[in-house]
Amino acid sequence: MSHHLLLGAEAIGAAALDAGISGVYAYPGTPSTEITEFIQRAPEAKHNSVRSSWSANEKTALEAALGMSFAGKRSLCCMKHVGLNVAADAFINAAITGIRGGLVIAVADDPSMHSSQNEQDSRIYGKFAMIPVLEPATQQELYDTTITAFQLSEELRLPVLLRLTTRLSHSRAGITRHAPRQQNPLDPEPDPNRFVLIPANARKQYQHLLELQPELHQRSETSPLNRLIDGPGTTGVIAFGIAHNYVMETRATYGLSLPVLKIGQYPLPEKMIRTFITRFDTILIAEEGYPVAEEYLRGIDGNPKLRGRLDGTLPRSGELDTDLIAQALGLNNHDTTPIPDIVTNRPPELCKGCGHRDMFNAINAAMQTEPHHQVFSDIGCYTLGALPPFSAIHTCVDMGAAITMAKGASDAGMQPAVAVIGDSTFTHSGMTGLLDCVNDNNTVTIIIADNDTTAMTGGQNSSATGRLQQLCRGLGVQEQHIRTLVPLKNNHDNNIRILQEEFAHNGVSIVIFHRECIETAARKAKQQLNETHKK
Amino acid sequence: MHNNIILAGVGGQGILSIAAVIDLAAIHSGLTIKQAEVHGMSQRGGAVQSHLRIADHPIHSDLIPSGQANLILSIEPMEALRYLPWLRPNGMIVTSTDPVKNIPDYPDEQNLRKALEATPAHLLLSAHQLAKQAGSPRTTNMVILGAAAAWTGLAPNALEHGIRELFQRKGEEIVTMNITAFRSGQQYSNKATQKTAHT
Repeated sequence: MSHHLLLGAEAIGAAALDAGISGVYAYPGTPSTEITEFIQRAPEAKHNSVRSSWSANEKTALEAALGMSFAGKRSLCCMKHVGLNVAADAFINAAITGIRGGLVIAVADDPSMHSSQNEQDSRIYGKFAMIPVLEPATQQELYDTTITAFQLSEELRLPVLLRLTTRLSHSRAGITRHAPRQQNPLDPEPDPNRFVLIPANARKQYQHLLELQPELHQRSETSPLNRLIDGPGTTGVIAFGIAHNYVMETRATYGLSLPVLKIGQYPLPEKMIRTFITRFDTILIAEEGYPVAEEYLRGIDGNPKLRGRLDGTLPRSGELDTDLIAQALGLNNHDTTPIPDIVTNRPPELCKGCGHRDMFNAINAAMQTEPHHQVFSDIGCYTLGALPPFSAIHTCVDMGAAITMAKGASDAGMQPAVAVIGDSTFTHSGMTGLLDCVNDNNTVTIIIADNDTTAMTGGQNSSATGRLQQLCRGLGVQEQHIRTLVPLKNNHDNNIRILQEEFAHNGVSIVIFHRECIETAARKAKQQLNETHKK
Repeated sequence: MHNNIILAGVGGQGILSIAAVIDLAAIHSGLTIKQAEVHGMSQRGGAVQSHLRIADHPIHSDLIPSGQANLILSIEPMEALRYLPWLRPNGMIVTSTDPVKNIPDYPDEQNLRKALEATPAHLLLSAHQLAKQAGSPRTTNMVILGAAAAWTGLAPNALEHGIRELFQRKGEEIVTMNITAFRSGQQYSNKATQKTAHT
């Protein structure tokens, strides 16, 4: 046993190593990135040859993790909530094939959208795939649960979804680690009846998944993640995942002995919940995310005893906290000092000296003479180009959408149809869209903001580094319309001229603005300095 | 023992290093901690904050409930005020007075000072100047930590232990510079509180 101070995300990484994984597969995404980074840094991972470099996207990550599981070994796959949309095809079907080596899929949701486009709740995906969902409340519970998740996965021969949210992922606490387990031996089991999902097999496998459901329910009824913290009174709280912490904080702050049913494993332990609901006049349902359980428990007739996000007792959206729980329980909330009017918003901005600044200045100048100034864009640091002083881009929907949306607009007759996408976003989900453009010979100008890294999430390696031109050529873009520019003030006029030339081209153009992220460059320089220091 | 601290500043100012030092000091002192921090988009020059909870018993919530912080420790004056709803009625504010004006509508500095001086308990200092004297403006965060040390609930030598542990891989020179910065903040704070006591 050893003690460590870890982020919730890191606790998952540590537990996966201690559970004997042979590989982790992931694409960076806040708030999930630190799970994989922990494994990449861990000396024991290096020592035991645990595979850990970044995947091109969440779908390739999950498929590779499934392949490792198929070969008999344990694998971990991590992503942010919207990443599960990308991986959904593999995710749903992996529940139909089932697994061999333990497969845990850790998905970090982002209620309140601290760094995301929506606050979708991955527990719904878990129900959709009909697999167990585990939702621990504390960092230690994350660690312990990740280890049991691998066991559960192997016992049921199903993937297991481990759900956490931003606050748990990005908060540090003391963790006790246990002795590591050996990796599984290589032991593939060619079982075409399970793994070849032609309709005849798929029907059988789906039937098997349906027949497993009572077992899943039974395990929820006896799971240590689902437990009663009993007390007297006529009001009870059902607290899911991290909401449990806020309920327990309220209980301690106000000196209550409020009965709490803590839920951390799904499908819902229905017997346990039914017994609990019967006992009280009023039951508060506290869930971090969508009111998934609340909606189910209310049913179509409603249950007048239930309080939660759907009747306004708690806000319908956003993350919970102790104040919201206290208010929902009708506890006298103290007055707080308001924020003085003098305080203004301080939104994030592109770093001083960032190449994206010079790129957006050039794009804005080049668009000036065009009939419209609409630019399609994507997800990354460069999304900050939507804010003043640049206001240079006008869409950000999902990974890779810049290219295909520009294509659709071009099909509709919009000229020029301009897309701005980052290097890593391009290899994540932009390449297939580019192929569509080439096949239709669309008049589009696709600007790739290439900073040699996945910058927004903290500078992880990008799959695109050093091969963008080659990729674009390979996908069929004409050599003379793949232009590479350096976003620097000195090149401003030249960069505008080349953009305008490509706007005028009837066909697919790629303009790569290439300059290394200043943060990544600074970090590399520091590392080098440290190394020479050591020598 | 139970202490709640809000660390505040602008992305890139070194909030997480302060958090790391306090974490290490708390562990060294055998205490329990929870520390919620901000990653992702806001780190790019936006407002950042970290909730730090230290206790000699288990802590439930990762976030500090409103009105329960004993201390706001801020590297930027306007950012100190952003978290007033979390401060206890007589909670302490220790902040640098050096503004980061990366927004077009940054408030008037004199009005900002007045708003800070209107709070019940505060210590305002130009940490940048002290950091330069310590050897580098990059140690501003440690100057502020030194100035706030008395309200962290942790012993100064435990905090210095945390600084050593955090910076040791960067070499003895960096450790010494950060300790010097920490001590100059501490000295400033001692003098300022003595002065208040005399008047």
